[in-house]
Amino acid sequence: MSESTKLDADRIRTLLETESAEIKENTRLFNAERYDAVEAVGAEAHEGYRDRAREIKEDAIERLPELIHQTRSAVEANGGTVYVADDAADANRYVSEVLDDEGADSVVKSKSMTTEEIDLNEALEANDVDVWETDLGEFVIQVAEEAPSHIVGPSLHKSREEITELFEREFDPDESLDSAQKLTAFAREYLGERIDDADVGITGANFVMAESGSIALVTNEGNARKCASIPDTHVAVAGIEKIIPSVAELEPFAELISRSATGQDIPQYLSLLTPPVDTPTIDFDREDEPAFGGGDAERDFHLVLIDNGRRAMRQDDELRETLYCIRCGACANSCANFQSVGGHAFGGETYTGGIATGWEAGIEGLDVAEEFNDLCTGCSRCVNACPVKIDIPWINTVVRDRINRGKDPGFDDLLVDGLVPDEEESGTPLRKRFFGNFETVAKLGSATAPVSNAVAGTGAARTAMESVLGIDARRDLPEFERTTLRDWAQARDTAVEDPMRRVALYPDLYTNYVQTERGKAAVRVLEALGCEVVVPDAGGSGRAPLSQGMIATAEEKAEGVAESLLPYLDAGYDVVVVEPSDLAMFQREYEKLLPAETHERIAEGSYEVMEFVYGLLENGAELDALPGGEGDGVAYHSHCQQRTLGLEEYTKIVLERLGYDVLTSDVECCGMAGSFGYKSEYYDLSVDVGQSLVDQFEPAADERTVVASGTSCMEQLDSLLAPGTRHPVELLDPVRR
Amino acid sequence: METGTIQEFQQSLSSLDTASTVVSADEFEAGIADVIETPAVGAELPFDDLSLSETPVTLDPSPAQLRGATTGVTGSRMGITSLGTVAVESREEGDEFVALYPERHVAVVRERDLEADLSDAFGWLRNEFEAGRQSFILATGPSSTGDMGALVQGVHGPEHVHIVIVRDNE
Repeated sequence: MSESTKLDADRIRTLLETESAEIKENTRLFNAERYDAVEAVGAEAHEGYRDRAREIKEDAIERLPELIHQTRSAVEANGGTVYVADDAADANRYVSEVLDDEGADSVVKSKSMTTEEIDLNEALEANDVDVWETDLGEFVIQVAEEAPSHIVGPSLHKSREEITELFEREFDPDESLDSAQKLTAFAREYLGERIDDADVGITGANFVMAESGSIALVTNEGNARKCASIPDTHVAVAGIEKIIPSVAELEPFAELISRSATGQDIPQYLSLLTPPVDTPTIDFDREDEPAFGGGDAERDFHLVLIDNGRRAMRQDDELRETLYCIRCGACANSCANFQSVGGHAFGGETYTGGIATGWEAGIEGLDVAEEFNDLCTGCSRCVNACPVKIDIPWINTVVRDRINRGKDPGFDDLLVDGLVPDEEESGTPLRKRFFGNFETVAKLGSATAPVSNAVAGTGAARTAMESVLGIDARRDLPEFERTTLRDWAQARDTAVEDPMRRVALYPDLYTNYVQTERGKAAVRVLEALGCEVVVPDAGGSGRAPLSQGMIATAEEKAEGVAESLLPYLDAGYDVVVVEPSDLAMFQREYEKLLPAETHERIAEGSYEVMEFVYGLLENGAELDALPGGEGDGVAYHSHCQQRTLGLEEYTKIVLERLGYDVLTSDVECCGMAGSFGYKSEYYDLSVDVGQSLVDQFEPAADERTVVASGTSCMEQLDSLLAPGTRHPVELLDPVRR
Repeated sequence: METGTIQEFQQSLSSLDTASTVVSADEFEAGIADVIETPAVGAELPFDDLSLSETPVTLDPSPAQLRGATTGVTGSRMGITSLGTVAVESREEGDEFVALYPERHVAVVRERDLEADLSDAFGWLRNEFEAGRQSFILATGPSSTGDMGALVQGVHGPEHVHIVIVRDNE
């Protein structure tokens, strides 16, 4: 990517203006269709396929050298050739040689991201070979001389009108191509002639089956079939990671790939080809001869397996999972930021969307991944979308950490080292260290409140923060409370006789220093339901540094939390967490940061506050102890990580049992995602994403109390909709009686 | 009155905008004549008891006949009831071309060859692979694309698909 295309506020704004509308519509449609399709097949069956797919990929990547060997034997036994290319240049040289041997000067291609990755078209065109993309989306991109913006729908950022304008300009057709039908008919005829005349057909391969030397191709248009069967020579180009053992292992992927990509149960064409296939060759020069021209040409097949960094990824404990990717695009479709700006922002030289960071880091390098890596907010909405259960946010975090470490330390670091000592190597950018050390900021801010709030709110301070730290001046800053939740709790005299449960309420940074009211409400609610509640002396969960890719600091924080909470867990306390992003740390990321046994104990013993309230009510706690809703309306926005953990429903059920009329948001994300929405270059994007939530809630906001589970969601709603958003537990607070 | 399997298969097909006709073996040739639009080309069927030779379908077509045909007729040794899918096999008879070039694809499938779902279909595929028959296209509905701004059928493959289901002998 050239310097001019680097991601900054201007570039994001341009993409929001030019490509956003189409990308939003198309990705959200894919996403909605995916939800419907998964529901139709049943969540349990879908999970079963995902587990099996994951298992197969883990095994196949583990046994990759053996499977490559087996593939070679099988393809050669069938009469084809296998070439394993080390890198792009090696692959392009090999394909060029095949074309030379065939005397080929025209090639038709079926969409293949792997050939995009190696810039095959450019290499062939440099040898005076005509290359035509036959996938209609890819054809549009080729004609427009652009790069794909999506793994599955390369041109989905373009409207029909734009394509009409493009085609009419480039092809000067006799009649206007002013409908999708006319455009399709034109492309079919234009490309059909080129397919019939082509010397060689090049396809990708969605899967390669080692035992039989077969490839599987997934298409809706039929172009892969044409490219594979009409020219006498077929070259399939695929990454080495596409190999699975045999046709038996294809089954879960056949179930998953289209459902995850576009919400189809099965693609229009799922081709299992074992080339050279028995289909006769066709000779258009003898057009009146029966039997397809009666040609006696031989079919020729070459399978080009590309390494290009993959074997190194296989050895890399953090990037290895990327190789399990089946390129369905579900991570992109489920990503709120991607929905707004698409792959021309959220993508590198080839791959786009959530998993693109892993691919680009492995194939192109950290510098390419860096250009868009920060667009992953870690919201985790892609985690459940991924058909092979890749922990995409973790890969993004790891790459972010590596990018940080690759930086040269500058003056900023010397300054920050003294102020906010953390575990990071010098070089981590100042702003990341500022957000990553939010705990220090919060402690200081609280200790000096209200002066700190007043100072932070001045124009001079905001200007300084914007220029030094890139904190957008349009954002309201959190206001620190002088009395922390923990101070308040310690000063209280409470005694619950014969407690039903004993609870350690985890004082996350926001609840302890900023949103203390929701913490106090949580304490009172739990007590009213018969629990003894303590607020332990526990520090930040590590979410803040983790979001900045500061893994070493996050690990240190996690160890601190474990040290604080384990004694309570040992003593039979349940840990209750108010902030969903911190609960997600305990449940998900601590697996990477803490010893397995410690992670398991914390994960098993901790609950989201409304989930816990639900559990208490199920186990005999009196609903009457809480104030009733009396039919009042609530507009409830859950939190992205809370939804990934499957905890959205508990809040809704509890509020409904109390008599509230609950409207639940159905957007993927609020767009704030912690520090992301504060950053100047992402402000417009954050607001754009937030707008979909506002659109849903605005008509109801006058009659309904707006509640949100996460701190950043509340901040986003407060700034975009109407100030006064509350945490759901505050509605349950007995002091409201 | 059709059996449950045929009915379910037809339901799947209708949700794919795919027409279907049910015939007995005796009615087969007349049935084919009814559903094709000529000129028609075909790949001789992979069934012992059914043939296209007495139908108005040109077998072993020339390239010109293939390009000029409105209908292409192939036989399918496997269909998937729950999905409305048929298997197109890469055979020397040229099924692949016949199923792909003309704007109408008529696929003949026998009731006994219907598998309940994708899982059963994979059981069948595994057996075929073991027997050395290893190239199939599972085709479901007409070819389609959304790349031009709206869903359009008939891109590089057929615009219309018609399935002829041959009832098992009662």
